[in-house]
This record gives sequence, C-alpha cells and structure tokens, in this order.
Amino acid sequence: MNFDLSEEQEMLQETVRQFLDNECPATTLREIFDGEVGFDPALWKGMAEMGLAGLHLPEEYGGAGLEVLDLALVSETLGYMAAPGPFLGHALAGLAIACGGSDAQKSKWLPKLATGDALATVALAEEGGAWLPDQWSVPAGASLSGSKKHVIFADHADLIVVGTAGGGLALVERDAKGLEIKPIDSADRTRRLCEVILADTPAEALPDGEVAATRLRDAALVLLAADAFGGATRLVEMSVEYAKTREQFGVTIGHFQALKHQLANMAVEIEPSRGLYWYAAHALDHVRDEAERTAAIAKAHITDRYMQIARDAVEAHGGIGFTWECDVQIWFKRAMFDRAFLGNPALHRERAATMAGW
Amino acid sequence: MDLSYGEELEGYRDEVAKFLNASWPLKGDEAKLGWEEQAVRFRERAIEGGFLCRNIPKQYGGSEQEPDVLKAQIIREEFGKAHAPMEPRGIGTMMLVPTLLERGSEWQKEKFVPATIRGDLAWCQGYSEPGSGSDLASLKTRGELVNGEWVINGQKIWTSGAQSADYMFILVRTEPEAPKHAGISYLLVDMKQPGIDVRPLRQMTGGADFCEVFLTDVKTPEDWIVGKRGEGWLVSRTTLKHERNSIGSTQQTRALFSGLVQLAKERNIDGKPAIQNADIRQRLAALEGYVKAHQYAGYRTLTKDAKGESPGTITMMNKIISTNIGHDIARLAIDLLGEDGLLDAGGSGMAAMMSGGHERWISHYMYSLGIAVAGGTANIQRNVIGERGLGLPRDAAAERSSK
Ligand SMILES: Cc1cc2nc3c(=O)[nH]c(=O)nc-3n(C[C@H](O)[C@H](O)[C@H](O)COP(=O)(O)OP(=O)(O)OC[C@H]3O[C@@H](n4cnc5c(N)ncnc54)[C@H](O)[C@@H]3O)c2cc1C
Repeated sequence: MNFDLSEEQEMLQETVRQFLDNECPATTLREIFDGEVGFDPALWKGMAEMGLAGLHLPEEYGGAGLEVLDLALVSETLGYMAAPGPFLGHALAGLAIACGGSDAQKSKWLPKLATGDALATVALAEEGGAWLPDQWSVPAGASLSGSKKHVIFADHADLIVVGTAGGGLALVERDAKGLEIKPIDSADRTRRLCEVILADTPAEALPDGEVAATRLRDAALVLLAADAFGGATRLVEMSVEYAKTREQFGVTIGHFQALKHQLANMAVEIEPSRGLYWYAAHALDHVRDEAERTAAIAKAHITDRYMQIARDAVEAHGGIGFTWECDVQIWFKRAMFDRAFLGNPALHRERAATMAGW
Repeated sequence: MDLSYGEELEGYRDEVAKFLNASWPLKGDEAKLGWEEQAVRFRERAIEGGFLCRNIPKQYGGSEQEPDVLKAQIIREEFGKAHAPMEPRGIGTMMLVPTLLERGSEWQKEKFVPATIRGDLAWCQGYSEPGSGSDLASLKTRGELVNGEWVINGQKIWTSGAQSADYMFILVRTEPEAPKHAGISYLLVDMKQPGIDVRPLRQMTGGADFCEVFLTDVKTPEDWIVGKRGEGWLVSRTTLKHERNSIGSTQQTRALFSGLVQLAKERNIDGKPAIQNADIRQRLAALEGYVKAHQYAGYRTLTKDAKGESPGTITMMNKIISTNIGHDIARLAIDLLGEDGLLDAGGSGMAAMMSGGHERWISHYMYSLGIAVAGGTANIQRNVIGERGLGLPRDAAAERSSK
C-alpha cells in the first residue's frame, strides 16, 4: 500500500516547475496572456524538449511510456503556474492515437507528436454543449462535414483528432481541403479556442476510435481536475501571501479573523482533493472498473472547488483583485475553463449518479 | 503508487482472517453469553494474538506490537468485515490511555491502563467550565495541596458520561499566580466520593449524555497528578490530539454516506424513489466528491505515516472536513425525510411509525451539531488551520490574554 508519488514523479513536477519559473515568469505569462496570439512556440518547444509532449506515448514511438497519473502531475504543475500553451489538447490527441490508432497511424504520427515536431489537438464539442462521445453528430466517413467548437489552439495544430457520430474518432490534417479554422475570443487567454469547420474534409478514422474516445474523455476529465487542483492551490497561496503583506488598520490583514477563516476555508476546500485526482488518474491505468466514474466525480468536484476559490481569492485581494492587472484573474479564467470544458459539474454528477445505478 | 498491500501484508491479512474465523463470533456455550461479555472474552484473545491494543506494552495489558499503520489498517478492515469488536470506544481508551502512556508515572500506568482497556473502568473528561470553553486555559476550578492531598473546588460542564464514570481526568488551576497556561495541572479523580454532585443536562436530542459536575472539597491523593504541577496544559494537548484523530475518521464518513444513499432509495418524492429525483442525484453526487476526497486524503495520510513523513496541513483539517460532510449529509437526510422530519425520533414519534431505523436520521440531524462543537469548535479549528497551517499571524485578543 503506497498511495504517494515516487521520487521520479516528485522530480518531474519539480523540473516542470523550475522550467516555468525560468522560462515563463510572471512578466512572460502576462505578455502571452495579453498578446494577440497567446501561443509561444519557444515555450512549447522547451516543454517538448523536456519530454512533456510524449510523456505518455509508447517508448517504441519515441515517448516516455509513462501513465495518465504522470500526465496529471504535469497538469497540476501547469495549473499551478497557469502555464499557457497547447499541452492539454496535444496530450489528449496523442493518447487517443496511441489507444485507438492503426500501426500505420501510430508510426506516422506518434514519433512527431512525441518530439513536439508536430502539434496535435482534439475537436470534441458541438453546438448545444454536446461534449461527450455519445452526443457527437458529425457523420463518420472518408470525409467529414460539420463544425466543432472549443478546439484548443486549432490554429497552430498540424493534426486534429475529431470526434464523430457513434462515438468514434478521425484524423484531419492541417491543410486538408475544406478545413476552416476560426479563432474565437476565449476567457482563458492561456488556452485559446477555435471553431473548426469541416466541409467534405478528408479524414482518416481510428480503427479503435470508440475505445479511444472514452479513454480520451476520462483522461481529459482527470487532467482538468489536476489542473484545477494546482490552480486552486496556487490561489490559496497567493491569497495567504497577500494577507501577510497588505496592511490595514495598522496591521497586516491576516490578523483579521474573518479573513483568516475565509482563507482557512479555502484551504480546507481544496487540500483533500489532491488524493482524489491522484486516485482518478491511477484508476485509468490500474483500476479500470472504477475509472470512468471516479474521473467524472473528480472533474465535477475539483473544478467546482477551483471556481469558488477563484471567486474567494478575488475578494481576498480587495479592489486590486478586481483589476486586469492583478494576476488572480489569470487563474480565475483558467478555473472558468476547467469547469466548463468537457461539460459542467452537473453533467458529470448526473453521469456519476447513473453509473452508480441510482 | 501501488494500492495493493503486497505479498507479506496480504499474508498478514490471511492470518487476521484465520484468527477471526476461529474466534468470532464465540462458539459453543460461550455463544449464549450476552454481547458485552462475549466482547470482553474475545478482546482478551485478540490481544493475546497481537491484534488489539497493539501500541500498549504487554505489562499494561496490551499486545505490544511493532508500530505498523498498514497492519493496523488491515486489522480494522478485517475486523470490520467480521463485525468483530475492536478496542472499547470510550473516552478512557481513546484519550486517557494514550496520555498516560506518554506522560503518566509507572504506577499510574499499572493501575489504570489494563483496567481501562479491558473496559472495567469508565472515565469522563473534566475540562470545560461554564466560563471556559474555547478559551479553556482560563479555567477557574481550583486544586490546592493540603496535607498531602489535592482538594478540588469548582464546577465542570458538558462532561460526557459523568453520570456513569468511575474516574475523571480533570484540569484544575493549581498555580493561581502563574500565567494562565502555566497554572494548570492534570489530575485523576475518583468520581465515587462525597463532594461530587453530578447533574445530567438534557440535550436538544432529548437524551442526557453530558452533565454538570459540581466539586466541593473533592479529594485526590498527591501523586494522582499526570505530569508535574503547572504542566497540565501540555499534558492535555496530548489528549486533544487523540480526540481530533478519532473524530476525523474517514471510514465513519463513508458509512454515513452509504446509509444516506440507501435512505434516498427507500424514500419517495412525487411518488417515485427519491434517488431518481434530479436534484437529489446532484446533491448526492456532489457530496460524494467530498467523501471521496476525504477517503483518498486518508490513504495518503496512511502512506505518509507509514513512511514516517508528515502529511502536512491535512492533519489539522480532518475534524472540520468530517464535520462539514456530516452537516451536508444531515441536511440532505432531513430533506429526504420530508414531512416525517416533523416528528421526534423516539417515543410515539418516528421510531413508532416507521420501520427500518429511519429515525436515526432525525437524531443525526441534531448530533452532527454536537460534533461540530465538542473537542474544539469549527471556528477554533479554523484558527488552528489559519495560524499553524497557513502561517497567518495570531489573533490579537488571544495573544493578549495568553500573557
Ligand atoms: C456533545 C458535546 C460533548 C461534550 N463533551 C465534553 C466533555 O466530555 N468534556 C468537556 O470538558 N467538554 C465537553 N464538551 C464541551 C466542548 O468542548 C465545548 O462546548 C467547546 O469547547 C466550546 O466551548 P463553549 O461551549 O464554552 O463555547 P464558546 O467557547 O463560548 O463558543 C461559542 C461560540 O463562539 C465561538 N468562539 C469562541 N471563541 C472564539 C474565537 N477565539 N474565535 C472565533 N470564534 C470563537 C465558538 O466557535 C462558538 O461558535 C462537549 C460539548 C458537546 C457539544
């Protein structure tokens, strides 16, 4: 019985954190956040060089052969640092191909994805909050027509894994005929979204697309939960730090019990869920019969906590907390993203209820 | 990360299961005894086998095993499955015994520990006073050394189980000139003596589990002090630590939650099982998020303990987390009871009208509040988390009054 991280896993988190401390300090984060494109190729290249692009891909294709838990640990650290970039979509696309692709598809794409030489993303959502495989309606086939929403950095992707009717997946390449990509203004400016329109666009289905799509969904839920845990933890730390420095009535505001209790409540809301996302991630590779439901609960629970903590953090900072200039808003918007992406908490709670046979 | 216990520990699990198979429930003539008597005999054998009272030395009636949190967990799991009795759950075994083992003198351990873990001695905790609750260190009950014995005068309140206790462990002020925390001593007192007047207090639940205790020239021998004069505050901290751990158990929370799910299956809303109601499903699933987070935080704590590493701030949070979950479960349960929530739990109330024990939810609705107060209120927990956990400055008023 060892419900804890290995030394290698702790080191992985530490390395990613140090890299971002150096390569994406607050000023850089702010530039990217405020910038027009929101995509920093050098930063992503650096992350890929550290092995983050292929962490979970099989070693025979140049990946590191690690598990969903390791991806989730990276996700926590990225959430903690509010790291801008395409990690989430890229990781999920690779995971789907590794799980459901043909040998030819794997050989063609995974080595490039593992090094980061090619960037991939996933196109899941359709009009009306249709996020999940059984809700997809773009008809499967040798060419696809329809439109997909909320595709992370589709405008920079070489490859898009598209969800199709019946819960399958298909690959669409960057310059494919009839593919139109429209960047849209998204609240979270660290993970920009696009609309993807397909008009008779050539596509190649993944042979085991249905299995891959459910794994993709569950892994995505876990990665969002992990990101939320990291982000919420950071917001508690930022708010506590602020309470130790900001003075009113002649003392630091952390002296005031009302604020102290708010901060304690924020900590109590988030700290216990570390183990919840760990377990959900671990289950995806080791406790298959619990994986789907635990992922749903983890996503609903932790992203809900993140959103509330983000609201509390704004309040704890007073007027400055409400400004564009204050960094809290960056995490606040990531919380909005984590909560809404792939469906709100209510959707996943209802799924959890159904899966329990309630 | 590896959630299996490994070969060696699974071997140990088999050993525990084999013991239980042979020993619980009791067989032959012994099976006809009452549950309590059966439990006493079973516990003796379980101690002999090294399964209970593991951290208590053999000379004090324990089984003196190498500390091993994983084995302890396996024992809890297997005993739970077999519905076999664990150590008696009184305040004596949970709070006094660990304190005596850590701070008591040799004769105190010999006299009190074996009898307490056998369940022969019942204890009560005399800390709170009418004027001293959260600010416990302001307590006023006096202890004076007169002709080689302590003479105690004052009043305690909210003393759980005082009406049936053999002894009390009590905090009294022995050094009135010293600063507040340094003037307190920790004494053991025989409850069966003149000068002790126990008056049960009726709780909102209708029962009377706690009491007022008036002490007038109550006597206790000079050496019935635990630790030195003026060290009582420190000694009492050992006890409170144990109380927090015992309240923060994730297993109780999970059991309560599965009871709630069961309740939702048995109750109806609009003529259909409540579990099919969209709002109830949302609330149950939302609650389960907290329950599961608490559960896995428990796994992590267990692992950290086993490795001898600190689990961090989570240890300070367990009481408030389980209290919060208990409140949420209570609120949902009372909604599920609907109009039956108008009834009292006992008498001609709900117990009489319903089968299936649903009346316990009416009691739980109220008891969950008692738990929030007993052993340090939620606000006091938040102070601890804020100050010791997050490193925020100490409360100005508390700072002043501790001088
Ligand atoms: C069911 C039950 C069983 C109990 N059993 C025992 C027992 O066996 N032995 C025993 O000695 N005691 C026992 N107690 C007493 C318990 O420990 C006290 O009730 C508790 O410590 C609170 O003290 P109080 O009742 O004086 O409330 P107070 O301290 O007066 O608190 C009243 C309110 O003020 C708040 N408050 C007080 N100080 C602060 C502060 N500094 N900051 C913010 N808020 C504050 C509290 O949080 C609370 O909400 C029991 C209580 C209950 C409910």
